Amino acid sequence: MPLHPGISSSTGLISGFFEWFGNLGIFSWQVIKAAVTPPFEGRELIRQLDDVGSKSLPLVALAGAAVGVVLSMEVRSSMSRFGATSLLPSAIVYSVVQEMGPTITGLVVSGRVGAGIGAELASMKVTEQIDAMEASAVSPFRLLAATRIVACILMLPLLTLAADTCGIFMGWLAQTLVSPISLHQFIQAGFSGATLSDFLPPTFKTAFFGLIIGLIACYQGMRTRGGAEGVGRAATNSVVLASLFVILADVVLVKLILVIFH
Amino acid sequence: MATAYDTAIEQEETQQGDSALAVAVESVHKTFGRHTVLNGISLSVKRGETLAVLGRSGTGKSVLLRLIVGLETPDSGSVRISGQDIAGLSLDQLGVVRKRMGFLFQHAALYDSLTVGENVAFPLVHHRGDLSRAERSDRVNQLLAEVGLERALDKMPSDISGGMQKRVGLARALALEPEILLLDEPTAGLDPISSGEIDDLILKLQREHQMASIVVTHDMHSAKTIANRLALLDKGNVVIEGTFEDLQQSKIEFAQEFLKLS
Repeated sequence: MPLHPGISSSTGLISGFFEWFGNLGIFSWQVIKAAVTPPFEGRELIRQLDDVGSKSLPLVALAGAAVGVVLSMEVRSSMSRFGATSLLPSAIVYSVVQEMGPTITGLVVSGRVGAGIGAELASMKVTEQIDAMEASAVSPFRLLAATRIVACILMLPLLTLAADTCGIFMGWLAQTLVSPISLHQFIQAGFSGATLSDFLPPTFKTAFFGLIIGLIACYQGMRTRGGAEGVGRAATNSVVLASLFVILADVVLVKLILVIFH
Repeated sequence: MATAYDTAIEQEETQQGDSALAVAVESVHKTFGRHTVLNGISLSVKRGETLAVLGRSGTGKSVLLRLIVGLETPDSGSVRISGQDIAGLSLDQLGVVRKRMGFLFQHAALYDSLTVGENVAFPLVHHRGDLSRAERSDRVNQLLAEVGLERALDKMPSDISGGMQKRVGLARALALEPEILLLDEPTAGLDPISSGEIDDLILKLQREHQMASIVVTHDMHSAKTIANRLALLDKGNVVIEGTFEDLQQSKIEFAQEFLKLS
């Protein structure tokens, strides 16, 4: 007896969901194998570190700065209602370093780097450049995927530090324009009573965001089919899925950090 | 009744016969979804010989080349390169086999972020670590001179014509001095003069390098010029295999129709 169309479409969606994850698992295993066996593609890794890191820096710094200003304005408005404006530096610093800086960095890099990697690899796939690489006995998992994923893992924490710095600086600037306070005093008040475990885990959790962004963008790019439309789809899916998984991973990582470090 | 000794001798002779063949495709089936592309195809090419594979679009000619280079795996049957079955080889082992093959893709598949010189140097950079930079540069210049493009060294693939891109692809395919050359539609989309130049170039390279070549083409004139033998494919199988004269004299309706229309 034929299945009801609704049931059959749901079955297709569910099997597509598991197929996507299954293939992602196989892809990850191939990348890991390629990444840990020589020859290592040092030159390509440096090129990718530059591409992911230095070229994302202005965007991440700007986003961090904007978040700092917004936080300063919002938190001032809320805290002044409760007469707690003295806690403003701490509120800004903690918000930026613990959550806003890492999340904004993850999302900005998902957009810039995720789309870039997805579109670049998809374009290479549909024009048979990846096949040409394989036919030349060069592993695309090693040369293309592993280098990009490692670059994302290494650069995300550094970019997060840049976003945090800009966010705190601009938070202070927005604060001092309303109620003058020296940067030294602001930093001292902001970090008072803080320990390394308050700041290091949120910064280093972004390495995991880097893994997600690099892995999803490479996977979407290298499995593309179907010409220019496929390239567009790969770029869009890379950004959407990487952003979504960064936010979902953040939920899990924040809980883990709270359980382990507090 | 055959003794064990006879059987052993027979097996050894078969293996020797196989290894004399540069490429042997035996009873290969390949299906994509519900579409059977190759239906038990068998072909072989000896060293120094050129086989042209002809047929209508979608009859699996390009898939055949992709199977030979290991970019696709057969559903059943075997592909032997110099007597070695490539099914079940690890990626590293397959890499060793691939280094003995040169592959010119239908649209050249040049790396669009690299210059012409860097494209030709690509296999050398990855597999000939023993060469100094100067030696590599000499080899690239020599390969580009062979295809008449020594002046295009620093150009980007997007800045040269389709015919020139095919020549660069050919130079790249020859970089590791392959024993087997696979050419996918080397003259497709080119004007008659450029097609003639590519044919002359292939003939010259075959004379100089004595490779086994498989040329997939629609171009009967080109096939007649460059190949010792022709194989005509239809519905995933070889309709006729032999010299151009054999094809001309064939009574098979499809062969006659193909000859008449080409």
